[in-house]
Amino acid sequence: MSGKYRVKADLLQIYYFMRLTRAMEDRTRTLFLQGRVVGGVYTAQGHEATTVGAAMTLRDGDCIVPQHRDLGMHLVRGTAPRAVMCQWLARGNSPSLGRDGQLHIGDIHHGIVPAISMLGESLPVACGIALTMKMRRRSTIVLAACGDGATSTGPFHEAMNFASVQKLPLVLVIENNGYAYSTPNAQEFALTNLSERAAAYGIPGESVDGNDVLAVIDAVGRAVEHARSGKGPAIVECKTFRVRGHSEADKADYVPPALREEWLAKDPINRFEAYLTREGILTPERKAEIETRVKGVVDDAVRFAEQSPPPDRETVADYLFAPDGPIAIVGEPGANNPRYVNALDTRTGQPFSTVSKAEEAVGRR
Amino acid sequence: MSEKKVTYLEAISQAIREEMRRDEAVFLLGEDVGTYGGAFKVSAGLLEEFGPERVIDTPMSEAAIIGSAVGAALMGMRPIAEMQFIDFITCGFDQIVNMATKMYWRSGMPIPIVIRGPSGGGTKGGPFHSASPEGWFFHTPGIKIAVPSTAYDAKGLLKAAIRDNNPVLYLEHKLLYRMPELREDLPEEDYVVPLGKAIVRREGEDMTMLTYGAMVHQCLQAARVLEEEDDVEAEVLDLRCLIPLDRASIIESVRHTNKVLIVHEDTLTGGIGAELAAILAEDLFEYLDGPITRVAAPDVPFPYAPPLEEAYLPNAEKIVAAARNLAAY
Repeated sequence: MSGKYRVKADLLQIYYFMRLTRAMEDRTRTLFLQGRVVGGVYTAQGHEATTVGAAMTLRDGDCIVPQHRDLGMHLVRGTAPRAVMCQWLARGNSPSLGRDGQLHIGDIHHGIVPAISMLGESLPVACGIALTMKMRRRSTIVLAACGDGATSTGPFHEAMNFASVQKLPLVLVIENNGYAYSTPNAQEFALTNLSERAAAYGIPGESVDGNDVLAVIDAVGRAVEHARSGKGPAIVECKTFRVRGHSEADKADYVPPALREEWLAKDPINRFEAYLTREGILTPERKAEIETRVKGVVDDAVRFAEQSPPPDRETVADYLFAPDGPIAIVGEPGANNPRYVNALDTRTGQPFSTVSKAEEAVGRR
Repeated sequence: MSEKKVTYLEAISQAIREEMRRDEAVFLLGEDVGTYGGAFKVSAGLLEEFGPERVIDTPMSEAAIIGSAVGAALMGMRPIAEMQFIDFITCGFDQIVNMATKMYWRSGMPIPIVIRGPSGGGTKGGPFHSASPEGWFFHTPGIKIAVPSTAYDAKGLLKAAIRDNNPVLYLEHKLLYRMPELREDLPEEDYVVPLGKAIVRREGEDMTMLTYGAMVHQCLQAARVLEEEDDVEAEVLDLRCLIPLDRASIIESVRHTNKVLIVHEDTLTGGIGAELAAILAEDLFEYLDGPITRVAAPDVPFPYAPPLEEAYLPNAEKIVAAARNLAAY
């Protein structure tokens, strides 16, 4: 366990984000079953140690390039639960204004890049952000994520190769959850560990128990330090398991029941909770407090989304092109001056609303 | 100031250099663009002036080139991504059609990138070095397409593309790169050719030729023949940009001439001409005195052998033949 996370408050914060992630997804699933989420729902029960843990290693100015199952990363880095629920419920004030669903949201001013469904394609984009950080002599880094499935794509290779040649400040977390939809690891790749792919790029690679949040923080923390020190990219494979289907429409009956049971027994939240209880950090009172807080945040997000209007049909052909005008280099002084086309959401004339200004963003540091 | 007539290629090179001097957010990345100066030497000398951080030699990775450009653009940079031959843009297709073009629309974050490269045939490039890829992207909402035909436009459109806050596909026709007839004096002062403004290259009463890129010059040659041999005055409208499309200029010209010949180097079916024909049929039905006529490449891949390439590409002779049929109405 890493020294810097021995502080009680940090550990409880990690626990809070893991619980919040699970609770948001549980509620999203309920909304889906009630027919209130009209599109596909992709959740990540079992990934919470990986997504929350990896994001906890970052600092202000760092950037995440998450994939579709990375709600934990979003929440830690400040994506507002209200924005997430508005997106699921296709509200007119969702970050995509109802144009897109899922967790495809982000705000570059807060270092969050919206995912797309072509998995692996976000990794070259992560390179461009890291390239800019390098060109601008920043000490910030990019944390990108992909699943085991995306490691089979061309863009995965192109991105990791380019990042290693350019020594970009990029950490790639591979969330190996056992299956690419219904295709098991054995039919995806012929390696024991996906971190071995790092050897092909001459960069460090490490595999870690993705259901042990402190182990994740240690491993990703080392990779982040490596990238931040200018030594180039690194890969961390977090071995976890997708205990539910690819989407909520998938019963995942191709997963042997015994295998699922085995992983359910390794549930990352239960494990961390047992640890915190054993160490005397999580008392029944603190646990009740956190549960109340989590429920409050989720209830508020759902209520807010349900009270939000649907998008206006009249806007269907709008927002294709950005207007003319100066563009700020993100993260530099004055970049949020509204005279810059990228300072505001020029579709609405309002500031970007993806990231909460309120207390939900406590994971940012 | 020394008077030196500038080629189409030098005009492109000047635009990149001047924009990189003007704005530190502008940088170039692509295969062999640095030390080698690019396969056609468009970027010769840029590495020496701007250094390896702003003139980036990349691995052979079009998805990484375009994707990195998108990432840098999210950060507020204005990258120019070079495709060594525009044919290779297919290797980075997803980064354009799913990543770059949908980003502003779905997130409000602008993607000011230029993707440019040598396009078109007539250089014995065969099926993988002769592409006219505009049709693929013309059908993709969220990207602008510039298709310069002169040195003046090559420079002015590229500057406008670099300053635009959206993805712009800039198709430079490699046959025009060093064509002596296209050398011209360019203004000393900074100028842009705005995206989406067509220009009448030759005025005429009897029909409008709608065209762009290298075919502008074939149309002009055909128009001279028609004038001399047939007493037909063809107007040649150079579209300069396919998106945004200058509908107003198209409509103004055709209202006046009442006949339309559409000429492009890309293949016929579902091409730019099909859309132009649909626009004209919808908006100007009662003004048309003859069938909307298209001259384009046949619906097969681009061939290599010289007789086949010649048979494949539209040229002045084929344009004259089609124009004579149209003029007879």
